[in-house]
Amino acid sequence: MAEQRAEQRAEQRAAEGLAAHPATMRAGGGGSAYFAKVGAIFAKDMRAEVRGREVFSTMTSFSVLAVLIFGLAFDLRVPRSEMIAPGVLWVVVLFAGVLGLNRSFGAEVDRGTLSALLLAPVDRSAIYFGKVLANLFFTLATTLVILAVMFFIFDVNLFHPYNLLAVLLGGIGYVGVGTLFAALTANNRARESMLPILLLPVMVPVFVAGVGLTAAIVDGKNFAELSQWFNLLAVFDAIFVVVAFLLFDLIWEDA
Amino acid sequence: MGEEGLIVARKVAKRYGRKRVLNSVDLVVPQGEVMALLGANGAGKSTLMRIISGLTQPDRGEVLLGGVSTRRAGHEIRRYIGLVAHAPLLYDNLSGWDNLLFFARLYDLQRPAERVEAVLHAVDLWPRRHDVVRSYSRGMTQRLAIGRAILHDPPVLLLDEPDTGLDPASAETLAHLIRTLGASSRAILLTTHNLERAVLWADSITLLAEGKIAQSAPAARLTAETVRGWMAEI
Amino acid sequence: MTTVKSNAVGWRGVDLLQLGLGGLTVASMAVAMWLSLAYAPAASNLAGDEQLAQRIFYVHMGCNIGALAGFVLSVVASSVYLVRRELDWDRVSQAAIEAGLLCGIGTILTGMFWAKPTWNTYWTWDPRLTTSTITVLVYLAYLLFRNGIDDRSVRARFGSIYAIVAFLSVPLTFYSARLFRSIHPVVYGAENADAQGDFRVGETMTQVLSWNLVAFCILFSALVVLRWRQLRNEDALAELREEVGS
Repeated sequence: MAEQRAEQRAEQRAAEGLAAHPATMRAGGGGSAYFAKVGAIFAKDMRAEVRGREVFSTMTSFSVLAVLIFGLAFDLRVPRSEMIAPGVLWVVVLFAGVLGLNRSFGAEVDRGTLSALLLAPVDRSAIYFGKVLANLFFTLATTLVILAVMFFIFDVNLFHPYNLLAVLLGGIGYVGVGTLFAALTANNRARESMLPILLLPVMVPVFVAGVGLTAAIVDGKNFAELSQWFNLLAVFDAIFVVVAFLLFDLIWEDA
Repeated sequence: MGEEGLIVARKVAKRYGRKRVLNSVDLVVPQGEVMALLGANGAGKSTLMRIISGLTQPDRGEVLLGGVSTRRAGHEIRRYIGLVAHAPLLYDNLSGWDNLLFFARLYDLQRPAERVEAVLHAVDLWPRRHDVVRSYSRGMTQRLAIGRAILHDPPVLLLDEPDTGLDPASAETLAHLIRTLGASSRAILLTTHNLERAVLWADSITLLAEGKIAQSAPAARLTAETVRGWMAEI
Repeated sequence: MTTVKSNAVGWRGVDLLQLGLGGLTVASMAVAMWLSLAYAPAASNLAGDEQLAQRIFYVHMGCNIGALAGFVLSVVASSVYLVRRELDWDRVSQAAIEAGLLCGIGTILTGMFWAKPTWNTYWTWDPRLTTSTITVLVYLAYLLFRNGIDDRSVRARFGSIYAIVAFLSVPLTFYSARLFRSIHPVVYGAENADAQGDFRVGETMTQVLSWNLVAFCILFSALVVLRWRQLRNEDALAELREEVGS
């Protein structure tokens, strides 16, 4: 009896606590609320990564392995490693990126948490940009690791500021389209294999521009000769981030 | 707005492939009422819940929440809905605290930390708040899922089998929550397999069979046996 | 739901359209083949195998216009689908992509058979060749992607979204491939993209080419209508099956 009463009192206290801290939502929201939600989704993915180490570790270990395999494969056939370094860099970035992109919505679908995101009063595009930021972070961080590994394996220093700019611009376009496609394939029967099949052919401009840029930088060309490539990447980024932003709203309209 | 019912479903129909799950369902849950939705497995309870929550669009018919059609309303209407689904809708690789704080931010809560603290106390998970959800027992996960649903204090609360996997003590916490939450300006729709609880917790009982409302009555005049009799008939 | 059924079965208008287009296709293609293989004069500045291979050019350009029509039609139909949400537009989009793919593969194959005697290789990283191959891969992915989606309306919606993004990437692919070649050392000596102007196009040749382009457009339309109708019947059949099953 006394036990029960104590329990009831505890419950009452809990309920009073709820009443004392009512949930007051900011009405409307506007721009700052939108960016706060984008940030919340990004921060959530980062925190999950710190806790679980699911994405970044997979991407980097794949990348290191791939660079080593390329190094081994071309070792005796290519006289100078600068000849293959640009191609190796971008192939590995693109393939490693797919691993991360697959997880970005795949993990939400597998955990059943996609519904929780869709239930929240969040614009779909905020989910998109939150995921783009997280994927961009993973892709760029992985690229830095790849550059470091290539520095040692191929003895090529690709930490050139122009090359880093190329990686940033290429990464934005890649992740911008990749995040859209990752959402499209998250519920597909053949999710894991479908994403690269969809994404890689569309990524040819980014890949070609990236290889062209890195090759030109390795060859020591000046900025005037690089600017065409940078323009191409910038145009790609602008077109596809806007298009993805517009189309993303349509993906979950009935889910 | 209130007189019509906080939750109104009008001629809602839904089919999945060859299976017709819901067949013109009409349902009204007035403000301040707790309605228990009962029915056999596959009767369409969960589908109806998902449609009311806006996660699934009906093929025909519409859902009005507070007089506003969910189809026409923008995403702002989702502020007024709380859902406990079969899946916990939680990140099992994050702690309970991180989960609720994340959702508090998505729902634009002011002073999110204070609200999360209050909710964690209410669902009795405060001591375990920094453990990852993966390490929680089934009952604790379910309690956190309920905490997530009531976090933003929604007037429309949809509880799809909230009592599955709950130990008796947790079920008692839940019953208390439903009583205190339902008393005010809310409308609560819940499903359960436990008829005794349904009769005890709810103000009214609605029976769903073959995608249609088969029976509907105030709970005060019913016993679990009567409801069991209805279900046996179907 | 009922509209699909009544339209799919016994719709005379489409029957006649299909029959007419089919007859027109057979006739115009027969003439086109005779024109390009027999009537058109041989290229005066070429000899031997090269001269013979030059006749592929007519079919090559015909296929090319079919592929172009297919991919342009698909992006139009997909956009209309996303606005109007009528499944017929999705069917048109799929039919256009399938017909376009057929023509695209035809373009690449005829190009390769022409390139072997002319450029002495089946394959070069010529921008046009690169772009058309990547484009074919992009649209093959479209078909695979649709295949993995069960829900009909989701398949239509996702397919349309992808078709729009895919189409937008094609010009950028071409631009990047051209830029790449102009900076990259040319591997095959002088035989680069501009080698296409190698034979002079006379007046009769232009007439034959125009006829071929028109004939291939008719062939393409016939294929799209046929396939569109087939897809429509498939959907109607699936719906009937569901009704019988439940």
